[in-house]
Order: sequence, then structure tokens, then C-alpha cells
Amino acid sequence: MVERRPFLTFIQHAVLILGAAMFVFPIYLAFVASTHTAAEVSGGVPLLPGAEMIRNYSLVLGEGISAAGAPPLWIMLMNSTIMALSITIGKIVISLLSAFAVVYFKFPFRMLAFWTIFVTLMLPVEVRILPTFEVVAQLGMLNSYAGLSIPLIASATATFLFRQFFMTVPDQLTEAARIDGAGPMKFFRDILLPLSRTNLAALFVILFIYGWNQYLWPLLVTTDESYYTIVMGIQRMANAGEETPQWHLIMATAILALLPPVVVILAMQRLFVRGLVEVEK
Amino acid sequence: MRTKTVTFRHKWLPYALIAPQIVITLIFFIWPASQALYQSVLRQDAFGLRTDFVGMANFVRLFADDNYINSFVTTISFSAMVAGFSMGIALIMAIMADRVIRRAMVYRTLLIWPYAVAPAVAGVLWWFLFNPTIGIAAYALDGLGYDWNHYRDGGDAMTLIVVASTWRQVSYNFLFFLAGLQAIPRSLTEAAAIDGAGPVKRFVTIQLPLLSPTVFFLIVVNVVYAFFETFGVVHATTSGGPGQATNILVYKVWRDAFEGLNLGSSAAQSVILMVLVIALTAIQFRYIERKVEY
Repeated sequence: MVERRPFLTFIQHAVLILGAAMFVFPIYLAFVASTHTAAEVSGGVPLLPGAEMIRNYSLVLGEGISAAGAPPLWIMLMNSTIMALSITIGKIVISLLSAFAVVYFKFPFRMLAFWTIFVTLMLPVEVRILPTFEVVAQLGMLNSYAGLSIPLIASATATFLFRQFFMTVPDQLTEAARIDGAGPMKFFRDILLPLSRTNLAALFVILFIYGWNQYLWPLLVTTDESYYTIVMGIQRMANAGEETPQWHLIMATAILALLPPVVVILAMQRLFVRGLVEVEK
Repeated sequence: MRTKTVTFRHKWLPYALIAPQIVITLIFFIWPASQALYQSVLRQDAFGLRTDFVGMANFVRLFADDNYINSFVTTISFSAMVAGFSMGIALIMAIMADRVIRRAMVYRTLLIWPYAVAPAVAGVLWWFLFNPTIGIAAYALDGLGYDWNHYRDGGDAMTLIVVASTWRQVSYNFLFFLAGLQAIPRSLTEAAAIDGAGPVKRFVTIQLPLLSPTVFFLIVVNVVYAFFETFGVVHATTSGGPGQATNILVYKVWRDAFEGLNLGSSAAQSVILMVLVIALTAIQFRYIERKVEY
């Protein structure tokens, strides 16, 4: 702080606390609603948690909301986990390998390959919805974990990040490895990978959240309920046709849908911030 | 492009290493994008039996269509509001957090987590909060004499998706603003303080100009977010309605393809969106190059 201004300091803390409270408020209310019965919620949402927490959560986890055509939540949570992890690991592996190839080898068509990867930056799923869906349908990948994850794992950002990092690795290491008779893959495994550990972890956090929060893609490629992910499944419950939405159960679902990524961010805050800033550089 | 001065030699290994990414990119990115380009100049008849080449007709038709123009205007005002509000709130918070050195990290923890909430989930949370019959926000507004109903009123529905999208995006902007502010050398602000400049003057003459690259970068990121990633917010809540009030471009592409089954038009809309993304990416890269020069 540059100078002492007690009044200003007070204002600052007040604004920050108020801001933080405003951010938490919707989630708090969702949590409160998820601990009451349907009747209590429909009479105006109470402000304090109720006694139905265990019952509501075990109901959505174990049985799901059959009236809204939603499978038990544990299935959706499992699907989300599988999808998020496949996307994360897939992206990291293929980007590591391609960045290694682009940085450590000179080969014909290297620039073409690099540009091909670069172009993916400009083609998010949202702008090529229908044709991508058609490709996946023709490959018979609808309603499968492969269909949920593989089309999303090509990533220019991760490749760039690793390329950037590999460029900072001193050439002496490569020379030393070569003199000792290590081939490229041995160098990759024993020197490059251990050096990339922090970057890997930071990227893992960012990509896990990216994967978990996918919405449009699972919506397109899954019609079979047993492949629903929780983030897209929640919308089925909220728009359950003519029936009155069962808000207490929907809110329990929302809490469960946002809990894993929020926990990941809070537990790995340092890595998350680092990853975010690195990716956007 | 630079390479290492020390490289490995191998006949096939580099191709094998790069192959997985290239194959996936070709199958799921390049090919579909070229299909979108191709389909955008075709028109299918109602039964899908005949496909004719129609040149630019799909595009001409789009720009003559009031619904499309309307959707464009809606998207632009939506993006402007989301970018404006989320950056404004984030900047205020970041300035506040930057001043209190000791607890800045505590506040950061309290403010960053909404970024982890999926846009669709954020939409559902606010949808519930503003529910006309049981939502607490609607109840409070009712107390103030405002009859909130996002099922009937287009303005209310738009407010709802702006609030939900903003709520989630503030934390991202906050992180970058805070990092930007903390990178400004303390000696500068201290020198200004000694010369008698108050907090407001210091912000306007020192911090804001030094923050301008961050501001510029965030504008691009936020516009991209509002244009593309908010599909979930709209789809999970308003479904583009009431009427066309919240029918943003990404949502319209999806709806015209999967519900309207109007392939040519949807492909043409995809192509227009592609051009927009490419333009935004180009702007972003120009900015990055400028940053390198500094």
C-alpha cells in the first residue's frame, strides 16, 4: 500500500467481501434448495439449509429423476470423469509428441504440419457443428466415449505451450544426451518429460476443467442416456417439458456438476493460475 | 519458425510423433470445416433428394433475413454487455485486491472459482434464482415493484443470460487484471504518491495506461467467450426465446441445423462465424506480436 488511508482500506475490504458474497450467493442458494423437500422449495426458497440433504442427494445419485428422463447421477458423473480425463490426457499426449517433433527434428513438410495444427485455433466446435457431427456419425462414434473425447483432443494451444517450453530447454542438454549415445526417445523420456513436469500439471488443471465443462459436444453426440455427461444432463431436467421442474433435485445435480472442477481449481490454485496465464500467452 | 540448433536425425520418427495430432486435426477439424464451406454454396430440397449449387444465394438470403440480422444485433449487444460488465466488475475488484497486499491472495481464492462452473450450470443457477414463481431474485424485484418474467419478457430473458454469463467470466478477468496490476512497479505509484497524486489520479495516469495491453487482450477473449462459449447458457435456459430475444448466432446455427434441418443456411452461418473467429484470432496475434516488441 502506498499510503495509509483507513477509510479507503475499509471501503476496499467492504467491496471485496461484498463481491465475494455475491459470487457465492447463487451457489449457496442452490445448496440450500437441494436440502429441502419439493414442497418447501416451491413455497419460496428458504434461506437456511433443511434436513433433506442426504435423502435428496442419495435419490439423484442412486435413482436419478426418471420423470425427466435423466439416468442416475453416478452414471453421469462417471461419464463426465471419463470424458474429462480422456480429453485431458489425450490432448497432453498428442501435443507433447507433436511439439517434440516440431522442435527437435528437421523434416520435410514440418511447416505444413505446424500450420495444420495452428489452424485448429480458428475452428472451435461451435463454428463447424453439423459437419463434425456428420463425420462422427459416419465413423460410428455416436454414443461412445471415443466420440465424446477424440474429436476434442486436437489442441493447438497445448502444442504451442510445449513448443514454447521446449525452446527454453538448453541445447547443452541435448548435446550431452547425444554424446552419451541417447536416442531421441530416450532423451524425450529421461530429460524432456521430467523437465516439463510443472507445465504438465498446470495444463492438466486447465484441460480437466475444459473437458468437464463441455456442453455442446456431448449434446450432439449422445442420444443414449447411459452416455450423458452431468453438465449436459442437467439441462434435460430443467427443461422437462410440461412437468413442474423438481428444483430441489435439479439444484442437487447442479451442485454435484460444479463441485469437481471447483475443488480442482481451489486445491491447485497456483497451478491453475500459472496454466491459465501460460496458455493465453 | 525457429528450431533448435541441435536436432535429432531420424527418417520416420518425427512423422510418427506428429501423426496422431495431424490425423485428428484433418478428420475432425479441416475436413468438417471444408464441408461447411462446400455446403454453404449448396441448397437441398425439402426431401433431401436433390442438391443444387446455388453460389452465394445462401449468404444473400441470410443477410436479407430479418431473423438473422436480428440475431446478429442481439449477439453484438449481448457480447458488449457481457464483456463490459465482466471486465468492469473485475477491474474494480482487482484494484481493490491489489491495494490490500496482505490478503490479496485470500480474495483471489474467493473470487476465482466461478471460472470452474460450466456456462450451462451457471445458467441453470441463475434461472432458478430468477424463477418468476419461486426465485428469490424475482421475489425481491417484485418487492421493488418490478414484475419479472423471463418467460414472457425478452428484456428480462436477455438480462438473465447476461448476468449468468458475466458472473462466470468475472473471475477470469479478475485474475488477469490482478496479475497486470501487480506487475506494475510499486516505485511508480509511490513516486506519484510522493508528488501528491491521490489514488484516483494515480489510477488514471499510471495504472490504467500500463494496463491497456491487458484490457485489449481481455476484450478479445471476452468477445470470443460471449460469441461462442455461451451456447450452454442460452440452450440450458431461454432456448433463444421468448420469441427471438436471446437467439444468439451460435445458438441459431445449432437450431437451424438440428431443429430446422436447413443445412445450406446453417453451413453459411458456420462460415460467417468462422470468418469472425479468424478475424478475432488475427487481432489477438497482432496484439501478442506488439507485446513481444515492447
